[in-house]
Amino acid sequence: MTSKGNPEVSVSELPQPPFEFTDDEGRSLEVRVVEEGDFDDLYEMYLEFDPRDRAQGVPPAREQQMKDWLETVLEGVNVAAWHHDDVAGHATLIHDSNVDAHELAIFVLQRYQGAGVGSRLIQAAFAEAHRRGVQRVWLTVERWNRPAIALYRKTGLKEVGGSGLEIEMAAELVE
Amino acid sequence: MKKLLGVGGSEDSFTALEHTARRVRETGDTLVVAVVDNPDSPRDVDEVEQRVEEVLDEIGLDVEVRVVEGHPGSKLIEIAETEEFDEIVLGGGERSTMDKIRVGEIAEFVLLNSRVSVKLVR
Repeated sequence: MTSKGNPEVSVSELPQPPFEFTDDEGRSLEVRVVEEGDFDDLYEMYLEFDPRDRAQGVPPAREQQMKDWLETVLEGVNVAAWHHDDVAGHATLIHDSNVDAHELAIFVLQRYQGAGVGSRLIQAAFAEAHRRGVQRVWLTVERWNRPAIALYRKTGLKEVGGSGLEIEMAAELVE
Repeated sequence: MKKLLGVGGSEDSFTALEHTARRVRETGDTLVVAVVDNPDSPRDVDEVEQRVEEVLDEIGLDVEVRVVEGHPGSKLIEIAETEEFDEIVLGGGERSTMDKIRVGEIAEFVLLNSRVSVKLVR
């Protein structure tokens, strides 16, 4: 994979966290960069996470594995959306040396899905990642997962490859 | 039970080899290890074959290791079906840093085309 010809996402128009927004259901949410003390809030969200929304084995279903996984991803770039004291969704970017890019993943609790939370989270993650020097973002998504693919397209990612089962998408973050 | 294990040289294929060899040592099942040419693998067929022999030696299992040329997925299926194997065993896919599973191309082909049961080792 070369970086040439990758779609570009301009971060200058994107909202820099922290910011508040009203979702499509009229709920007021705050998006901010995840800090160390936020682990428990995110952990609570993942305890509630619907197994149907798991993607390619993440988040792990077993509690201890899920904790370990969460600790690993929190080493990357992380933003989350809070509704009052509860985390509604989480976007994470973690460096993958195999593809020389940051792998993006996003998880939104079922009751907050379809309300514009996911796209705000991805935008915030891109803005924060670019601020920290991340250039290339990348992900794989199961081919049947149309809502997720639509969300990634909407936020500027484009298909760059894949197999029979999954699609590979990527973007370059630019000013 | 007669098992055909495909090893193409990716890390998950060696995990499948170790797992299966240990099981076979306990159960006494028949195992044939087919070394296939996985274009996505960083190792060539000779290196893969050598490492397969080393792993089997370590575990203490003496089974047939066969180098199979040609399209890996369809060759594995052909061997499994014509030689009446009960199961094809393959690596369960690589994992990204995020820990997402990516099923390999050989496994994908075999899953969709084999009439013999397929086991992916995780």
